[in-house]
Amino acid sequence: MSILILAEHDNVSIKTTTLNTIGAAVKIGGDIDIVVIGSNCGVVAEAASKISNVNKVILADAEHLKHQTAEEIAPIIVDLAKSYSHILAPATTFGKNALPRAAALLDMQQISDIISVESVDTFKRPVYAGNAIATVQSSDSIKLITVRSTGFDAVDATGGSAEIENYSVGAAVNLSKFIKQEFTKSERPELSSAKIVVSGGRGVGSKENFDLIEKLADKLGAAIGASRAAVDAGYVPNDYQVGQTGKIVAPDLYIAIGISGAIQHLAGMKDSKVIVAINKDEDAPIFSIADYGLVADLFDAVPELEEKL
Amino acid sequence: MKILVPIKRVVDYNVKVRVKSDGSAIELANVKMSINPFDEIAVEEAVRLKESGKVSEIVVVTIASEKGQEQIRTAMAIGADRGILVKTDAAIDLGGVEPLSVAKTLKALIDKENPDLVIMGKQAIDDDSNQTGQMLAALLGWAQGTFASKLDIDGDKITVTREVDGGLETLELCSPAIITTDLRLNEPRYAKLPDIMKAKKKPLEIIEPSDLGLDYSVRMKIVNIAEPQPRKGGIKVDNVDDLIDKLKNEARVI
Ligand SMILES: Cc1cc2nc3c(=O)[nH]c(=O)nc-3n(C[C@H](O)[C@H](O)[C@H](O)COP(=O)(O)OP(=O)(O)OC[C@H]3O[C@@H](n4cnc5c(N)ncnc54)[C@H](O)[C@@H]3O)c2cc1C
Ligand SMILES: Nc1ncnc2c1ncn2[C@@H]1O[C@H](COP(=O)(O)O)[C@@H](O)[C@H]1O
Repeated sequence: MSILILAEHDNVSIKTTTLNTIGAAVKIGGDIDIVVIGSNCGVVAEAASKISNVNKVILADAEHLKHQTAEEIAPIIVDLAKSYSHILAPATTFGKNALPRAAALLDMQQISDIISVESVDTFKRPVYAGNAIATVQSSDSIKLITVRSTGFDAVDATGGSAEIENYSVGAAVNLSKFIKQEFTKSERPELSSAKIVVSGGRGVGSKENFDLIEKLADKLGAAIGASRAAVDAGYVPNDYQVGQTGKIVAPDLYIAIGISGAIQHLAGMKDSKVIVAINKDEDAPIFSIADYGLVADLFDAVPELEEKL
Repeated sequence: MKILVPIKRVVDYNVKVRVKSDGSAIELANVKMSINPFDEIAVEEAVRLKESGKVSEIVVVTIASEKGQEQIRTAMAIGADRGILVKTDAAIDLGGVEPLSVAKTLKALIDKENPDLVIMGKQAIDDDSNQTGQMLAALLGWAQGTFASKLDIDGDKITVTREVDGGLETLELCSPAIITTDLRLNEPRYAKLPDIMKAKKKPLEIIEPSDLGLDYSVRMKIVNIAEPQPRKGGIKVDNVDDLIDKLKNEARVI
């Protein structure tokens, strides 16, 4: 087997989701190469070369690759594909955007969001918001796969010494133009890799009240998440959404506050090690999966919890 | 300007699905079916563009059994003008019509229909693939604006704001393009009774995959479908002190 990993990075540093994706590649077994596609991202290639289990780093560096649009990434993957049996990317908005485009150009049926590797051609993936787990077997000659990072341990970011090979990038496709990005700035840990996540839902009631959630998160050194209802209502930015169609998290501790526990929300957090729910409705479905449920008004319980920690 | 909106018939998002006891499929008998919620958002967006005078025709397409007509009629009640059902007896949720096959079918229809824009869902809530739009864009060689929370059309200029993991990203796309919808793009309207009546009279064409030169062979075989490991229910704590004690001394997570 020879496996190519599409690295997720911001031209400065490699995202941990890449390390989980390599974790999945290790389970498949074989030589593992990484392709770093971006602009002025030599430092990322350097970092990639130190990741354990990596055989070779391919660096595709060009000005027009700066924003890593799918239209520019896909042809590079297609060009590299013939040397590989598997091509893996993290199942993040980055991987989900780019990899299916390459898969279609290669006439391969992508396997999305795997959570386990059964053999070189057989994988498990959640369907129906995680209410069922499908075991699927691919007959395609190249397997293009996106990897759910909570399903696989991250490999070590250090210990490797792979060679770096420069890829000669072709002309830009120029189908789309980057206009701007509005990224949420936060000193807190990243939601998808945090050890503790504190999430608020519609019950929190307003953007101002979300202060309570923030204070508790800061006391615990936690990342902040939210339900769709809280995002739709504008209490928090879109990238806080946890769930079937948002981010998937599996921290050591997940605290759900004022969240009812719709299946679409549970799909994004039910693999957390310990789940705490604080809700004033004792029949809220979230309690059926919570290790520790506290039936209380969040406006009393959350400040008290924050103070006593 | 003409817009094509692919919609999928899926189990309604409120239904808690069950796996068939032989592990071969999801139980779909007597289960409420609906338009995939993201596709409803796509239809709504197209209808708003039509209402703003920028669009002259909205064509909805679904690949489904005979019953897919129900979802086409619903989309028509929201405001789509015309419908195409690509009729198949293959399973459309899992192990039958795969995303790549859907993308190829849509490409064949687009080659005939020549729309200026395609708006579709980012993800079907049954297979949770999140692939078809990106694949279709690839097959057509078009630009893609996935996970859209805002769409502006100004003549030939398409500006799309995307929900990405870090926050929001805005791109300008060459036309024609594929847009896939995210939850914040709009809130779909409820169809009113007169619109539901009117929808019954709108043109709905039924064709077969073979009319487009396609068959639906499977590359990703379903070996088995299983219920996930159930999570053991926990306990209720009495108060905040009790909770802190449990987290510190029992679960040892803080
Ligand atoms: C296609 C689709 C995709 C979706 N994707 C997602 C997704 O990815 N993530 C997601 O989260 N949702 C998703 N949803 C939405 C989901 O179905 C629910 O609507 C949503 O999760 C509800 O959010 P909530 O629990 O915050 O709100 P509600 O269901 O309204 O619950 C609010 C809770 O707060 C409690 N509460 C109120 N006041 C207080 C108080 N003072 N103290 C304590 N408790 C209080 C109430 O008892 C209630 O249980 C999706 C829906 C669809 C259709
Ligand atoms: N059978 C189908 N018929 C029409 N459109 C579909 C079908 N399957 C998927 N789609 C479209 O592709 C989107 C993404 O689906 P998926 O890639 O399966 O998650 C959906 O939101 C629909 O817009």
